[in-house]
Amino acid sequence: MIALAALTIVVLTGLAYVASGRQASALGAQAGVELHSRPTYHGLYAALVTGLVGFGVLIVATIGTRAVLDSQLRSALPEEAQTYTVLKQDRLISDAKAKGDGSIVSRPLDNDYRVARDALAETYVGYKRTREWGVAGLSVLLGLIALVLSYRRVSPQHRARNASEGIIRGTLFVSAGIAILTTIGILFSLIGETLKFFSGVPIYKFLFGTHWSPLSGVFEGQINPSTVGAIPLFAGTFMITIIAMLVAVPIGLMAAIYLSDYASKRVRSIAKPLLEILAGIPTVVYGFFAAITVAPVIRRTGEAMGLSVASESALAAGVVMGIMIIPFISSLSDDVINAVPQSLRDGSYGIGATKAETITKVVLPAALPGIVSAVLLGVSRAVGETMIVVMAAGQGANLTWNPLEAVTTVTVQIVALITGDAEAETAAGPAFALGFTLLCITLVLNMIALRVVQKYRLQYE
Amino acid sequence: MNMHQSPEMTPENASGRTSVHKTDDAKRRLKKRYAFETRFKFFGIFAIALAATALFWLLSTVVGKSLGAFHETYITLPVELAAEKIDAKGNRDPKDIRAGNFSGAIKASLRQAFPYITKRRDKLKLYKMVSNGAELSLRERVMRDPSIIGTTQTVRLLASDDVDLYMKGYEGSLEARDVSGVATPLGTTGKVRIIVESNSFSSILARVKDELRDKAQRFRDQARREARGIRVFQRRIDTLPSDADPALRTDYEGRITAYENRRQSLIESAQALEKKANTPGGTEQVSSALPSFFLAINGGVVKITRVSPDAVEGQTLVPLSSDAPAADGSWQLLVNPQSEAGRRIRDAQTTWVEELRKAGAIDTTFNTRFFTAADSREAETAGIWSSAAGSFWTMLVTFFLSFPIGVAAAIYLEQFAPKNRITDFIEVNINNLAAVPSIVFGLLGLAVVIEFLGNDVFGRDLRSTALAGGIVLALMSLPTIIIASRAAIKAVPPSIKEAALGVGASNVQAVFHHVLPLAMPGILTGTIIAMAQALGETAPLLMIGMVAFITEVPGSPMDNASVLPVQIFRWSDFPERAFEMRTAAAILLLLGFLVIMNAIAVLLRKRFERRW
Amino acid sequence: MDALVEVPTPATTTPMKPIASPETEQQDVKIVSRNVDVFYGDKQALDKVSLDINANEVTALIGPSGCGKSTYLRCLNRMNDTISICRVDGTIEIEGEDIYDPGLDVVELRARVGMVFQKPNPFPKSIYENIAYGPRIHGLTRDKQELDSLVEASLQRAGLWDEVKDRVHEPGTGLSGGQQQRLCIARAIATQPDIILMDEPCSALDPIATAKIEELMHELRENYTIVIVTHSMAQAQRVSQRTAFFHLGELVEFGDTEQIFKNPSDPRTESYISGRIG
Repeated sequence: MIALAALTIVVLTGLAYVASGRQASALGAQAGVELHSRPTYHGLYAALVTGLVGFGVLIVATIGTRAVLDSQLRSALPEEAQTYTVLKQDRLISDAKAKGDGSIVSRPLDNDYRVARDALAETYVGYKRTREWGVAGLSVLLGLIALVLSYRRVSPQHRARNASEGIIRGTLFVSAGIAILTTIGILFSLIGETLKFFSGVPIYKFLFGTHWSPLSGVFEGQINPSTVGAIPLFAGTFMITIIAMLVAVPIGLMAAIYLSDYASKRVRSIAKPLLEILAGIPTVVYGFFAAITVAPVIRRTGEAMGLSVASESALAAGVVMGIMIIPFISSLSDDVINAVPQSLRDGSYGIGATKAETITKVVLPAALPGIVSAVLLGVSRAVGETMIVVMAAGQGANLTWNPLEAVTTVTVQIVALITGDAEAETAAGPAFALGFTLLCITLVLNMIALRVVQKYRLQYE
Repeated sequence: MNMHQSPEMTPENASGRTSVHKTDDAKRRLKKRYAFETRFKFFGIFAIALAATALFWLLSTVVGKSLGAFHETYITLPVELAAEKIDAKGNRDPKDIRAGNFSGAIKASLRQAFPYITKRRDKLKLYKMVSNGAELSLRERVMRDPSIIGTTQTVRLLASDDVDLYMKGYEGSLEARDVSGVATPLGTTGKVRIIVESNSFSSILARVKDELRDKAQRFRDQARREARGIRVFQRRIDTLPSDADPALRTDYEGRITAYENRRQSLIESAQALEKKANTPGGTEQVSSALPSFFLAINGGVVKITRVSPDAVEGQTLVPLSSDAPAADGSWQLLVNPQSEAGRRIRDAQTTWVEELRKAGAIDTTFNTRFFTAADSREAETAGIWSSAAGSFWTMLVTFFLSFPIGVAAAIYLEQFAPKNRITDFIEVNINNLAAVPSIVFGLLGLAVVIEFLGNDVFGRDLRSTALAGGIVLALMSLPTIIIASRAAIKAVPPSIKEAALGVGASNVQAVFHHVLPLAMPGILTGTIIAMAQALGETAPLLMIGMVAFITEVPGSPMDNASVLPVQIFRWSDFPERAFEMRTAAAILLLLGFLVIMNAIAVLLRKRFERRW
Repeated sequence: MDALVEVPTPATTTPMKPIASPETEQQDVKIVSRNVDVFYGDKQALDKVSLDINANEVTALIGPSGCGKSTYLRCLNRMNDTISICRVDGTIEIEGEDIYDPGLDVVELRARVGMVFQKPNPFPKSIYENIAYGPRIHGLTRDKQELDSLVEASLQRAGLWDEVKDRVHEPGTGLSGGQQQRLCIARAIATQPDIILMDEPCSALDPIATAKIEELMHELRENYTIVIVTHSMAQAQRVSQRTAFFHLGELVEFGDTEQIFKNPSDPRTESYISGRIG
C-alpha cells in the first residue's frame, strides 16, 4: 500500500512537471506575454512542491502514526488480557503483531492467551489496514493538492526560477545539516544510556575500578557497581595501542621519509600503491590474519624461546593493528614532509649537509607538529579499532603488563555485551558507557591533532 | 658567548689556501657522516620492505588458505528410492515426498556399498562420510521428477567436509613403506594378529619408542616445574618473619609436600617409560598421537594397534578374504603420516575412502556450490551467495542515501554557505565525524535506527535487514563523501563559475550546469572509495544485529540479510578447517570486489584528470 | 702495457688555461668553466657557457628572466643535483678540481661553496641553531665554547651581531626579511666556505636592507670569492668587479663591470642595459 502511494507520488511529481511546464509555455506563446521564468522552471517548481509535500507527508505520517498504533493496540487489549502483567501484555502485543504480519509466532503460553492473541491480531490487522490506507491516502491527497495549487500559480509574473532555486538551496542546507543531526544522534543516544547507567553505578567505580565482569551478579536488571571497573579494559586498550604504534610509527615514518626524499620515481610508483592496498584491506581481514596466522607464529616463537604465550596475546593483535596503521601514518607523514618547503632543504644542502642530516636535523623538526598529529590520529584509530581485537584479542579482563598474555579492550567488550546473549536492557548500560568513553577519547585526540595541523599549516602559508 | 675570535675564522683560512674542508680530519668526519647516510637510507628501504612483507604475508595466507575451498568431493553410489520410504502413501503428493525418508535411503545405499560394516559405531562413522547436503539435493531431485520413486538411481552424494579435506590431501595421505617376508594373518575379521618372517616392523617400533621417550621427557620437564614450586615456597618459609602466623607456615609446608609428591610420581612415570623405550624388542601400543599404520593383506585392511618387531595386532577395517600366508611382495604396509589425534577424519573412514577410490566411486570437482549457496552450519554446504546479495542490497541503500545527501551537503558548504559560525560548526563537525570509530556508529544504529525501523514501519521488523545496515553505513560514509566532494568542487577554478555568472546565469544554474559536472569525476572517485570502505565494514553491523544466521538469499533491502565481512567474521569463529578455507575464500572474493571498485576509481581519476 | 708508448694525457686532467680576460691584469682564477650545457629533460637551459671567475672578487651574473644565470650559479655547487631531470655537460673546475668528477664529494663541495638563496630560508630554529647547524654537521668545532665563538664571529661578519646578540636563542623566523637574509649569509659563512654563491639575495628585500647586504658583500670580498645573480643592473654595478651577461641560455658577454656597462661590445648587452630587452 505504502509502496503504491510512493509510486503514485512519483507519478504526480512527473505530472506536475509536465502540466505546469506546458501551461507556462502555452502562456509564453501568446503575443505580448513576457514570462519571468522559462517554462521548465515552472515545471520544476511544481514538481519540487508536489514531490516534497507528498514524500514529506508520507514519511512523517508513517513514523507519526506508529506510536498511535501502539497506544491504540494497548487500549484495545481483550478483557482477559487486562489482568496480565505489563511484561505479558507486551509479549501479547508483539505476538499479535507477528501473527497479524504473518511472520513466525512463538508458541502461545496457554489457551486463554491464544484466544486473546488471535483476537488482538485481528484488531491489529484492522488498525494496520486503516493506518496504511490513511497514510497512503493522506500523502497522495496532499500531493495532489500541492500539484493543483502549484499549477494554478503558473503565470507570467510568477518567479518560478527563484522559487525553485530557493527550494533547492533549502534542500542543500538540510543535507548539510544531516551531519549535525548525526552528531546529535550519536551524542544523545550515547549520553542517554550512559546517564541511565551511571544512575545505578557511581562514575568513579567505572573509571577507576579494577574488576570488570558487568554481567555477573546482575540482580533484577540492577548491575553490581563493584564489577564494572573499566581499568582492565583501558589498560588492555592502552597496551595494544602502544604495541601498534611501536610497529606503525617507525615503519610508517621511515617509509614516508624514504618515499618523499630518497625513492626513485619507479620505486615510488610501486611502493605507494602497495601502501594503499594495505590501507584498503578491511579490518575483518586483518582480524583473520591476526587470529589464524600471526598469533600462532608468535606463540610458537615464544614457546621456542621458553616463554608462555597466550593464544590470544596482546602482542599478536597489537602487531597486526600496527600493520594496519602503517599506511595511515605513512600517508599523513608523507603529506607533512612534502609540505616542508624545498627552500629549507636547499638551505641545508647549500651548506653541504647530507640528505640524512637534512632530513633528521631540518625537515623532521620542521614537520614535527604534523607528524605528532599523524601519530595522534593513528592512536585514535587504534583505540577505536574493533574487528582486529574482537578476533585476535581476548575476552577476559586481565590487568597485566605482559604483552604475551591475553587482554581485552573497550571495543571488544562493547561487541561482547551487545552481541552476547544477555538481556539487551542490562547489557546496553555498560556498553553505551564504554562507547561514550571511547567517543570522548577519540574526539579529544582528533581535536588536538586537527588543531596542531592547522597551526602547522599556518606556519608555511 | 665570549667575544674571542675563533682560530678557524682567520682570513688565511677563508681565502682558500687550506680549506678546513680539505683536511684529513674533515675526510674522516665525512666518512662517518656517509656511514650514517647509508644507514639512514637502509632504514627507509627496510621499512618499505617490512610493509611489503606484511602485505605479501597477509595475501599469501589468504590465498594459501582459500585454495582448498574451491573444490568439493562427491561419492557416487546407487541409491534405491524405495517407494515405502519416500512416499509411503503412494499418492506422489509433494508434501508427502518432502517428508520422505531420504536420509534412510542414502544410509541404506552406503550399507550396501560396505556390507562388512556391521558395528553400530562403525556405521555411524560411515554415515558421517556423506553430508546432510546430499539428502537435500536428493530430495530436490525426486521432487522435480517423482517418477524415479521406486527405481534405483546413481546419485552423486556430497561428501562431508572431513572426507573432502582428506581427498584434497589436507589430512595426510597413505604412503607405502618397504616390507619383506611372508606375512601370515591369524584370522580374517575383528581383532587379528599378523606374523611376519622378518623384522619389517622394527621401524614402527622404533618410532613408538621415540614417542615414549618424548613423553618421558615431557614428564621430566613437568617435574622440573614442580621443583620450582618447591623452591618458591621454601624461600617463602625461609623469609617468613618470626612472628608470622604459624598457620601460614603449615600451609606452605603442605604445599611443598604436594609439589614433592607430584614431582616424585612424574619422575617415576618418566623412568618407567624410559625403561620400556630402552628395552630392545617387546610389544608396544601404537598411540593415536603417532602416524596411523595400516596393513593391506589378502584384500583386506588392518589398522595396527600393537606392534613388535616381527608381528602386529590390529583391527580389521576391511575384512581379509582368507587367512592364508601372503607371499613376500603381495602385502603392503601403509602409513598416514598425520596422526589420527591430529585430524578429524577417522582411520576407518580414510580406509573406506580408499576403497571408494579404488572402485572409482569418489571424485573431486570444482565447487560451484560455494558461490551459489547460502550460509549453512555445515562447511561443505556453506556458500557466500546470501551474504554477497546482502552486501549488494546494503551497498545499494548506502549509495542512494549517502551520495545525494553527501554531494548536496558539499555543494552547500562549498558554494552557497555564508561564512559564519554555523558553517564553521558544520565543518568542524564533519571533520570530527570522519574520525568517530565505526563501532560508535553501530551504537547509534542500535539506539536510533533500530528504534525507528525496529517495531514496524511498514508492518515489518526491519531490525537486521539490509535497509538498517545501509542506513548506518550511509551515516558513516557521509563525512568521507562530503570531504571528497568538497575537494573536487574546490578544484574547479572559480573562473568557470564566474564565466557562467557573467552571462547571466543564476548562482544555482552556474553551480549545477558548470561546476558540478566538472567536479563529478572527483566526486564519484571519492564516493567509490567511501563505498569500498563501507563494503569492508563489520563492527557497526555487528552492533545492529546483522550477525544473524541467514540461510535464505535476501531478495530486497527489506529482507533479513548478512554481509560479506560479517560472514567472514562468523565463519572465522568456527573451529573446522573447512570453514577456515571458506573464510579465506570469502576474503578473497571481498578483496576482489574492493580491487574492482578501487580500479574503477583509479580509472575515473585517470580518465577525467584535468589540470587547470 | 707497453710503458714506452706515450699516452696522451686526457684533456680533463690537465688544468685548463684560463681564457685571457679582456683586462689583462693578472688575477687568481678560482672557478674555470668550459662549454657548460644544462638540460632540464629535453629543454636546454644553458648552451656552451665558458667563464672564469676570479678569487676575491664579486662576479655578477645578469640577464633577463629565464636566461640561465641562476641555472649556471646552481651548477657551481651542484645544487642542480636535487632536480632529478637536470643534466649537466661540460667542465667546471674549482681550484683545478673538476666538480662534476664522479669521484668528487658533493657534500664537501657544498661545504666549500656556500649558497644564499633568493628568498631568505632560515630553518625554523633559533638564530644560534641556524648558524651552528653547518659547523655541527661538518664537525668544525671541538667544544661548545668554540662553537659559541664561531657563531658570534659569523654573525659579526654578517653584520647581524649587534642586532641579535640579546636574542640568539629566539627563532630565526622572527627576524625581519633583511635580517633573515643576513642570517642566511652568516649561516653560509659559519661553514667556512671559499666561495659564496648568492641567488638574487636582495630580490625580496627593501632598499635599506639591500644596501646593508651590498655593503656586506664589499667586506666579504676580502676573504671570499662571491658570485651573485641579480636582476638589478644598478646592484651589479655597485657590488661587482666583473659582470657576465646571459641571454637565452648563452653567455653573451663577460668582462669588467665598468666596461660592460659603459661600453658593451655585444648589441644584445647594450639593449639589455638600456632597458630594451628584459
